[in-house]
Amino acid sequence: MEETKWEPKVVGFLCHWCSYAGADLSGSARLEYPHNIRIIRIPCSGRVDPMFILRALQNGVDGVIVSGCHPGDCHYQSGNFHARRKFAVIRRLLDYVGIEPERVQFSWVAASEGPKMAQVINEFVEGVRKVGPNRLFKDERRDGE
Amino acid sequence: MVESSQNENIEILTYSEVEEVGGYIGNFDVKIRKKARFVDIDKCTGCGTCYQKCPVKVPSEFDMEMGMRKAIYVPFPQAVPNVPVIDKEHCRMFTKGKCSICQKLCQADAVDYEQKDEIIEDRFGAIVVATGYDLFDASVYGEYGGGRFKDVITGLQLERLISPAGPTGGHIKRPSDGKEPKNVVFIQCVGSRDIEKGVPYCSNVCCMYTAKQAVLLKEHLPEVQTNIFYMDIRSAGKNYEQFVQRTMEQYGALYIRGRVSKIYQRGDKLIVKGADTLVGIQVEVEADMVVLATGITPRHDSKNLAGILSIPYDQFGFFTELHPKLAPIETVTSGIFLTGACQAPKDIPDTVASASGAAAKVASLFSSDEMSMEPLVSTIDTAVCSMCKACVEVCPYGAIQEEEITLRDGTKKKQLIVLESVCHGCGACVSTCRSSCIMLRGMTDEQIFDELMAVAQ
Amino acid sequence: MAYGYYPGCSSHGTAREYDISTKKVCERLGLELKEVEDWNCCGASPAHATSEELSLALPFRNLALAEKQGLNSIMSTCSACYNRLKVADEILKNTPEISSRVSEIVGESYNSSLKVIHFLDLISKELGIERVKEKVQKPLADIKVVSYYGCLLTRPPEFVSVDPDPENPTVMEEIIGALGAEAPDWSHKTECCGASLALSRTDIVLRLSGEILKSARFADADCIAVACPLCYANLDMRQAQISSMHGVDYSLPVLFISELIGIALGIGYKELGMNKHMVSAKTLLTEKGLI
Repeated sequence: MEETKWEPKVVGFLCHWCSYAGADLSGSARLEYPHNIRIIRIPCSGRVDPMFILRALQNGVDGVIVSGCHPGDCHYQSGNFHARRKFAVIRRLLDYVGIEPERVQFSWVAASEGPKMAQVINEFVEGVRKVGPNRLFKDERRDGE
Repeated sequence: MVESSQNENIEILTYSEVEEVGGYIGNFDVKIRKKARFVDIDKCTGCGTCYQKCPVKVPSEFDMEMGMRKAIYVPFPQAVPNVPVIDKEHCRMFTKGKCSICQKLCQADAVDYEQKDEIIEDRFGAIVVATGYDLFDASVYGEYGGGRFKDVITGLQLERLISPAGPTGGHIKRPSDGKEPKNVVFIQCVGSRDIEKGVPYCSNVCCMYTAKQAVLLKEHLPEVQTNIFYMDIRSAGKNYEQFVQRTMEQYGALYIRGRVSKIYQRGDKLIVKGADTLVGIQVEVEADMVVLATGITPRHDSKNLAGILSIPYDQFGFFTELHPKLAPIETVTSGIFLTGACQAPKDIPDTVASASGAAAKVASLFSSDEMSMEPLVSTIDTAVCSMCKACVEVCPYGAIQEEEITLRDGTKKKQLIVLESVCHGCGACVSTCRSSCIMLRGMTDEQIFDELMAVAQ
Repeated sequence: MAYGYYPGCSSHGTAREYDISTKKVCERLGLELKEVEDWNCCGASPAHATSEELSLALPFRNLALAEKQGLNSIMSTCSACYNRLKVADEILKNTPEISSRVSEIVGESYNSSLKVIHFLDLISKELGIERVKEKVQKPLADIKVVSYYGCLLTRPPEFVSVDPDPENPTVMEEIIGALGAEAPDWSHKTECCGASLALSRTDIVLRLSGEILKSARFADADCIAVACPLCYANLDMRQAQISSMHGVDYSLPVLFISELIGIALGIGYKELGMNKHMVSAKTLLTEKGLI
């Protein structure tokens, strides 16, 4: 059987007003970022529940990135501050459980920062590629569910 | 102002304070205290006999303490309504229990020392905040005399001297001896652009009002020489730059780029020591009068008002707009709008523009009985909600409120609801809720998990 | 309770009369002074213009020695010494890294236990102006004394605290008032005299000190009160030169505040060392019947 080379499959939760628009902009500017990322649009980075990250890893996704507006610029005033706090807490849990830091990342990207969004995704995917496929946390029972 | 007072759709409540605001857009419950002025508005004819005959004189706040008013007074001749108010702190009737000259002389029987404050509680659809500014207190600049020199005055004080209705009848006279000044120095940026004094911002209006005052001084006193010490001239408005050039060319104003380091009194003159940085020398001017272009600060009680309205303010006390570029008139609280200098220092054309904007927004809000909104708002499953209120703390808009409902058996129950007209749909509440009883329509946890599943295949 | 006394270099040189009069006045007022043993120069302006470490180490040694001696305060009559001691004390108190480095350089340790004060603090805050008033035997009636504070007594206001208002201090005027003299307000209370540029840029000192003398004359002053040897040096020693430059005979005696207090307490002219002044106060004081 032909062994297809493993490609990381990562999920990005991008906030609608800044990061998602930034990714859109990089697209219209024809800047390339890896196809490995699947973007899920959310209204605000504050919408992200830590469960999303865990469920994603459970489902075999190799990495998760959450991206929001720059501090002070949140479209909803304070959502990204709450996201940052939640992220700080869940980071400790993930470390404890043994999930490599390269797998779960957090970034601030503004709507005008097309090149930065492409760069962030690029670097993230490379980071995940380095730590290899997510075998430890994939819930095998979920296969085919 | 008179036009507004005669419009049947406008009710002007003067000498009143907003004490409490509850509710939300379209339904603000406001408590107003109409303070007792001790004169019956309906009876008073505005004849003015009372304040003509009142024996007590008090420094006039409107004349920036350069003139006097009486204990019963109208702040300025064009005041609306043209009904006087009694200053309790200085009126002899209130402080000593004797006098009552105004009551005896009033032919309309309008003076009423027993008048009480009146509380008005009503529901309003929108609130426009236009509370204006306070002037920076220049006495903190000890090097400019700290308020001790009589002939060192502020720009607003000069306005009163120039005004024909002012304390000197429009004649420019030195406060110390009443003589006409021959050499006047203006100092820009007193209480603006000064981090050390806690005011790093530019007050916007001073460069232009100083130029205007230099022009008016020259028109009143053709022999006067004006000297203006500046850092930069900010004349960005329409025709403003041409106005400043005319001030220099036609009205002979001498603009000196540099700060003033010290003012001291020598005899009846003021010696102003500064620098001319464009030439690179120290400058000493012997002036008859010095005018400090004092800066704009938020009103001293602005933080208090912000608390009552539940709107945010910045580190100085200016009220915070929803977005500095894209929404300078709205606040995070839907239905509360800002206009004028309470939001940021601004001049008359900009204030009129922002006021028109606020009026337009209110008009469009009121143009129909129902508001249409984005449906992607949060909603609470009250059966599961334990009222821990963690969601209330993270909501930036105050959209989650308590309400009391009556059950079918007549008992009352408190519960939390999301005000759909206030919710902006950010979802911070959803990720905070411990019991997953609040959900964001269109972006529920289940919907996101489904997306995740699809992506992970 | 004894107060630690830090005389400073000028007290043994150009301002010997300041030292003499201070000691005599404190004796008369019942204030015990104990000189700091083996004190060194505070560094004044030259030190902080060349090396920050040096400018902190020099005062530090004095503070450390005073503490070791068992004193709980250190009082200086010179405003430059007071300024350097106070600034060093505050900086060392608030930055432990600098404090340990300086301690290493000097080879002493200091626990920030001293109260650092100026002679004016001693009189107005420690003793109290009322107590001085009680002991006045010869009120300085009919004399107009303007108070010259110079730069360093009130600035920088975050560190030094002789008077709460750095632009318009009044503590010396209050003392002078208690002595019975008139202390008129004048324009050059805190204007620079040229300070230590006396040798390198004498022209600047002549110009700035000249302005001060001119303003004192304008305020109708009979004499100028100072609380610093350097202010005194510029205004007194350069007065003749300035007078001839301006074509005016100023004849304004420049007196140390301690000398004024001494005269009012009834101590003699020679006893206070006042015969050492270049612009003599003898005529003025004799005229007013004080000596």
